[in-house]
Amino acid sequence: MIPELGHFALILALSLAICQGVMPLIGAQRGDDSLMALARPAALGQFVFVAFSFGCLTWSFLQSDFSVLYVANHSQLELPTIYKISAVWGAHEGSLLLWILILAVWTVAVSRYSAELPLSMRARVIGVLGLLSCGFLLFTLLTSNPFERLIPAAQDGADLNPLLQDPGLAIHPPLLYIGYVGFSVAFAFAVAAMLSGNLDQTWARWTRPWTTWAWLFLTVGIALGSWWAYYELGWGGWWFWDPVENASFMPWLAGTALIHSLAVTEKRGLFKSWTLLLAISAFSLSLLGTFLVRSGILVSVHAFATDPSRGLFILIFLGIVIGGALTLYAMRAPSLDSAAGFRPLSRETFLLLNNVLLVIAATLVLFGTLSPLLVEFASGEKISVGPPWFEIAFVIPMLPLIFLVGLGMHTAWRTQDPRRLFAMVRTPAIIAVVLGVLVPTFFYGRFSLMTVVSLIAGFWIVAVSLLQPLRNLRREEGAARMTRSALGMTVAHLGLGLFVIGVTIVSTFTVEEDISMVPGQKVAVAGYDFELKSLDRVEGPNYNALEGLVEIRRNGEFVSELRPQKRTYRVQQSPMTEAGIDVGWNRDLFVALGDPLGNAAWSVRIQYKPMIRFIWLGAFVMALGGIVAASDRRYRLTAAARDKQGVVAGEAA
Amino acid sequence: MLRYAAPAIVFAGMVAMFYFALGRDPGELPSPYLGKPAPQFELPRVKDPSATIGSADYAGQTVLVNIWATWCVGCRQEHDFLLQLANSNAIPIIGINWRDQRQEAITWLRQLGDPYVASGYDADGRVGIDWGAYGAPETFLIGPDGTVLYKHISPLTQQVWEQEFVPRIEQVKQASL
Repeated sequence: MIPELGHFALILALSLAICQGVMPLIGAQRGDDSLMALARPAALGQFVFVAFSFGCLTWSFLQSDFSVLYVANHSQLELPTIYKISAVWGAHEGSLLLWILILAVWTVAVSRYSAELPLSMRARVIGVLGLLSCGFLLFTLLTSNPFERLIPAAQDGADLNPLLQDPGLAIHPPLLYIGYVGFSVAFAFAVAAMLSGNLDQTWARWTRPWTTWAWLFLTVGIALGSWWAYYELGWGGWWFWDPVENASFMPWLAGTALIHSLAVTEKRGLFKSWTLLLAISAFSLSLLGTFLVRSGILVSVHAFATDPSRGLFILIFLGIVIGGALTLYAMRAPSLDSAAGFRPLSRETFLLLNNVLLVIAATLVLFGTLSPLLVEFASGEKISVGPPWFEIAFVIPMLPLIFLVGLGMHTAWRTQDPRRLFAMVRTPAIIAVVLGVLVPTFFYGRFSLMTVVSLIAGFWIVAVSLLQPLRNLRREEGAARMTRSALGMTVAHLGLGLFVIGVTIVSTFTVEEDISMVPGQKVAVAGYDFELKSLDRVEGPNYNALEGLVEIRRNGEFVSELRPQKRTYRVQQSPMTEAGIDVGWNRDLFVALGDPLGNAAWSVRIQYKPMIRFIWLGAFVMALGGIVAASDRRYRLTAAARDKQGVVAGEAA
Repeated sequence: MLRYAAPAIVFAGMVAMFYFALGRDPGELPSPYLGKPAPQFELPRVKDPSATIGSADYAGQTVLVNIWATWCVGCRQEHDFLLQLANSNAIPIIGINWRDQRQEAITWLRQLGDPYVASGYDADGRVGIDWGAYGAPETFLIGPDGTVLYKHISPLTQQVWEQEFVPRIEQVKQASL
């Protein structure tokens, strides 16, 4: 009964989504207030039914209702409760439902916090979101119904993919989806602006906080995914340039460009058509990523079940959504661009360069991801593009970008006096060069040109980001303070610097050994002594495991004791590596069990990873910067209050 | 204004490409040589670099050519089954040790057993590329006339063996009678 209610609620949600997607748009075109007023109640109603439906599916999982096909395929009686909940989005059907739920939440948030928008703008934005929701609901109901029954019911389920039985992966998809779907709001704002033909600086101010929120969730989501891959896949890598990862990274790059371009549009009324195109691209790349992963067009290590009929549906949907938006763009954008100019040395220039470089990076990643397809299309052969290609292709636009960030942050809008700029950044530049040379020489005993250049880049941004807050601290009481926007930008850039430092040091100074060990054997890696003390069988709730006990000492002094596991999940019989990691702020020690080599010997992978925590720390600091920036009060002021404030807040940030 | 229409045009091209890509089965990677003569090769042997193994060694026989490597998890999975095949004298198996370290490959064969008549040492992966290898393990069924009769990607299992390989081997036998 519960699953049928869930299914029925989903159908009701679809009819409300149709209403939400059609009526307000017609109303906005005709200037019919009563039709436009439908937008908010319809969005709220849709949310209620989607949430109810999601609740029904969760309930079926908690009850272990194996008469539901999806539950039977992805759960099991012994599965811990927390994973019964996360199993709801552990595979295609449920994750699609989660996607729809998140879209509904964003829509309700937009309708709740858009009181200051003109009625027609609000109606259009909510209407576009409604149309998107229609597409996803249709997709779910027609090709991927999570409530399909299995008769007769199964005695026990087939269990959740063991890879996904992990706290990191329980929360990673929701955060990622909040980010992906969040870009739909920027997309809807862009389409609404093109439909109305009205794109001014207020439009950019409305769009900015929504974009920043989406971006920061995506940042955290990607960081969690990378962290998960690091400790769960057992290779000790943190980024693999896998199609699924690229699928989340491309919208992130486009979204980052969008945030910066929106700043120019809001402050100076420039780059309008470019901002529109980025708003369309960020969401399109999110959709594209989903499509590539779900359709089986690109084979990936963490692919969901693939199905060509689903692929065709998504392709048609993509064609309508993205193709429609881009066609609209081709028709409307030419009339939007303004001709106001700016000096070569101004913040506008730096933000333009930022956009160009980020878009180049995103294009290269897209090209690398699709190149196996391109080659097959052209020659019928299959190739794969590996991490080495991506690493080189990605660094080329990113390195100059990182150096430019430091200058751009301290450059004024319109025009900047070069002497003052250079006087300001001289000290941080010197600090960066000194640290960039000293740190590798002093702490790690060797360096290469690439390492030094990247480290200088990292320290440069950190130093430059601290400049403004430090001056602010020194300033007298009562003087103008940094706005939240400016502070948020500074924090996010600081995070970028930490990230760059982490990546550079990890990729240069990691020590990695794959060795065969028998219990009792000792091995020295990077100045640490690893002793495999014993290997024991242990039992988990739904798996059996072989657990190694590894003691780590440094110069005879006890450092840590790790228990890496090799798990075999009882239902799916798949082997899983659970690495043992000793975490430190400046280094991780990583031990993973490989395979038995016979005669009680096991292959063991031991790694010393310096500064790897900075990679995720950097990402979280970036997201924190996003929170600070998005909470700037000028986004919350009503129109009337802003008029009173006048230009006071105007030119800051 | 072409400038503003360009994104839509590029996107249309991508949709066309995706449509083409949807039509194919992602699991079934075509081998350019299926039904055609397998590429000739000659490689130094893994265990004895002074001797070689190559196409000439199995001319006129029905054999399996198995591309493997010590870094490949799937190869370890199928290893027991390959040993079983070799022990039952079902078919000669020629190995191509692909993009690997010789010493590690020798250790592997010593510790896990050696199902191969011999393995060629393809350190730079050139022969693998000639054979259109996409990822190890890959197993080719080569007929007595040297044509590729079948190609299987991913670990070989009893089920795949019985369903795909045995009938084709029987066919060849009957034809030659």
